[in-house]
Amino acid sequence: MSNAVDRTPDVASPSSEAEMAEYIADRRDASTPLQVIGGGTRLITSNSGGGAQRLSTRSLNGVVTYEPGALTLVVRTGTAIEEIEKLLAGEGQALAFEPMDHRSLMGTSGSPTIGGVVACNVSGPRRTLVGACRDHLLGVRFIDGRGRIVKNGGRVMKNVTGLDLSKLLCGSYGTLGVLTEVALKTLPVAETEQTLAFKNISLNEASRMFASALSTPFEVSGAAFVSGSAWLRIEGFSRQVAYRRERLLNMFRQSEIEVEDVTASRRLWRDLRDLRHFAGSDLPVWRILVKPTDAPMVASALEALGGSVSLDWGGGLIWYAGEASSADIRRASHPGQALLVRRGTASDFKVFPRESESVSRLSCALRKTFDPAGILNPGLMDS
Amino acid sequence: MSTITMPPPDARILARAPQIIARLEAVLPDGTVIWDPEETRAYECDALTAYSCAPLAVVLPRTTEEVATALRICHQERVPVVPRGAGTSLAGGALPTADSIVISTIRLRDVLEVDTTNRFIRVQTGVTNLAVSAELEADGFFYAPDPSSQLACTIAGNIAMNSGGAHCLKYGVTTNNLMGMRMVLTSGEIVDIGGPVLGASGLDLLGLLCGSEGQLAIVTEATLKIVPKPEGARPMLIGFDSAEVAGECVARIIRSGLLPVAIEYMDDVCLRAVEAFAKAGYPKCAALLIVEVEGSEDEISSQIEAIRSIAVELSPVEFRSSRNADESLAIWKGRKAAFGAMGRLGDYLCLDGTVPVSQLPYTLKRIGELSKEYGLEVANVFHAGDGNMHPLILFNANAPGELERAEQFGADILRLCVDVGGCLSGEHGVGIEKRDLMTKQYSPTDMAIQMEIKDIFDPAWLLNPAKVFPLETSRCHREEAKKR
Repeated sequence: MSNAVDRTPDVASPSSEAEMAEYIADRRDASTPLQVIGGGTRLITSNSGGGAQRLSTRSLNGVVTYEPGALTLVVRTGTAIEEIEKLLAGEGQALAFEPMDHRSLMGTSGSPTIGGVVACNVSGPRRTLVGACRDHLLGVRFIDGRGRIVKNGGRVMKNVTGLDLSKLLCGSYGTLGVLTEVALKTLPVAETEQTLAFKNISLNEASRMFASALSTPFEVSGAAFVSGSAWLRIEGFSRQVAYRRERLLNMFRQSEIEVEDVTASRRLWRDLRDLRHFAGSDLPVWRILVKPTDAPMVASALEALGGSVSLDWGGGLIWYAGEASSADIRRASHPGQALLVRRGTASDFKVFPRESESVSRLSCALRKTFDPAGILNPGLMDS
Repeated sequence: MSTITMPPPDARILARAPQIIARLEAVLPDGTVIWDPEETRAYECDALTAYSCAPLAVVLPRTTEEVATALRICHQERVPVVPRGAGTSLAGGALPTADSIVISTIRLRDVLEVDTTNRFIRVQTGVTNLAVSAELEADGFFYAPDPSSQLACTIAGNIAMNSGGAHCLKYGVTTNNLMGMRMVLTSGEIVDIGGPVLGASGLDLLGLLCGSEGQLAIVTEATLKIVPKPEGARPMLIGFDSAEVAGECVARIIRSGLLPVAIEYMDDVCLRAVEAFAKAGYPKCAALLIVEVEGSEDEISSQIEAIRSIAVELSPVEFRSSRNADESLAIWKGRKAAFGAMGRLGDYLCLDGTVPVSQLPYTLKRIGELSKEYGLEVANVFHAGDGNMHPLILFNANAPGELERAEQFGADILRLCVDVGGCLSGEHGVGIEKRDLMTKQYSPTDMAIQMEIKDIFDPAWLLNPAKVFPLETSRCHREEAKKR
């Protein structure tokens, strides 16, 4: 897999929605497969995806509207995450679903875009409390595989007008359409945060601790485990954080806990979000969604294959880095679902887990409706 | 009687009614199929009572398999099917046609699994919204979406309409709290999507199904996210002498970084009706906000103080925070009684447009002007924190032409919502009520792709006929469907 795609000259990047639509309609007529990318930093290709023309949204950039008082941001999809974060920070706001920056994990360079985040439904550690990217998405504009410009949803917090295609497009990895504009909910950044760092804790103990902590009313906004350490994040106004910290420390008074202050806490969660602990290697990395109480069982089955695991989302998300075969990993993950995030050396692995026959038939029919010629990231979501 | 038309019933189906009913009765348990006109009349409308039409028959299944059996027969017979929960839709989402069979989820009442460790509950979808939270009460959890009709409305209806409620400002609407479902396609095929995990690993079919208004499938089971109950919650009242200033107050609270669980708004017309009805002791003012915050005692008082200082800068007529449980109840009493109180004044249409919060003051002003033009009074009571407005247009259904005038006025308000950057429906759904306005919000292509999705799930276009898509817009698809 090539990682250095961002500025290569063979990437087409139309600079308006109309040009993008025309470009896709032409490719539809010629049945030319396209590999749809934003900044190309999260790139995962289908196992047979070579030879496709790369199409990037990176030239569709800029903020359309930002209304801090209405907590809404409308932005073109090629806009850099960094630019958005800077703009929002100026108003004390952020994207609460804290999308992961894949660059260190994937060894890519370039500029992650909001379009890539939405297309892959990239959602960070705050998932358990505030939901995923798709829960913050208010509306989309996109171009389907026929070159039609479509809008859905809007820029208001509540909208049940017609079918919700925004959710469908979010996490469709560019297989249903090329997103050109997205409307997102923004939220105020908490005044402060602290993290309880549990030392010398096993994965099983951490899993039980997460279940207790996430059942409290203290709005724990991060619950992760990496090699013998576990962390709980609490956020809010300073008095609130102090109160919640004391209550949680009291709950877990048998454990060895250190408290990380706001600066250390912010750095820590950024590193956990970006999977720094799996950076700098070429091992395949998998993302496995499980029922949290299944995490210990699945994690130990995965560890038995060699490689290492970490937990996020209170155990609802297992990350696995290792060389085991795709079949072994999917078997060990059961009843959880394994998704390949970094291909590394595993050139022939399928990215997505197998779906039930019914779901697979519906999904294929949807892809065929949106993209009858099968030109958008062909094969990527096949299971 | 009205301005919204429904397609004429299919004479061939009407003629075959006895055979169709006999087929259903032959395979479903006794008492599951209702066809006596005296009994089917109870299903002739939902909460949009201006429209009614008794169905051919009503099926009341107790299991997913019975739903599948009924759907399979209806599909073979090419009979339209109207899915129904408790029938509390304000948009006509459960309005039958004379040639349709209503399949109600009301007897699917089992709680299947409560798992507080993994924070979910799995229920059959005929369970009412409030019963879900009641099931969790002892464990210290609740189910967050809380539509006003929560005592009666079912989870099936909540999923169909992607229902919200007063507390969704903090906790989100149904789609944000739904983890999995079992659904039945018109073919009778049973399909499971999602489950007690955080997110889909393929296409987000769950997100597509939620809010699809019974156009794609009948949902019989749901896995719902549950949330730990806060330590406490307390509301406060803030009265202002102008709608604009109240709107400004809402925007400033949201900007401040405080995240109240609810910000509700009532105008003077509504306040007068509520006072006469519920005697909640509200101050006399042009616009009243009810703001609720959550947390420990200390967290609550510090949030109340922060909101007080924001409000005081805007010179409120009154600021009153609850000091105990009784006062909290009193503050919510009037808001919860608002729709009932308005009903005492006469007939009303309840609208549901959403606007960007920044556009609230302008939209309210413009609604006031339209009210004068149409000569019909409007009361405003709504979820201000997320801009989801509920203008209630008061009219007299017995006065000739007044319903039509009220509907036209309503349509103007919804167009206004779209014009200022909002949408036709925030939480009630399109149903028949807003069906013909869809062209205002969506282009032909925007709607075409939605109808192509319906083609996949419901190739014969039997589910919930003549809803959501304007008849003219859907004509092609419906005619093609007849050939399948």
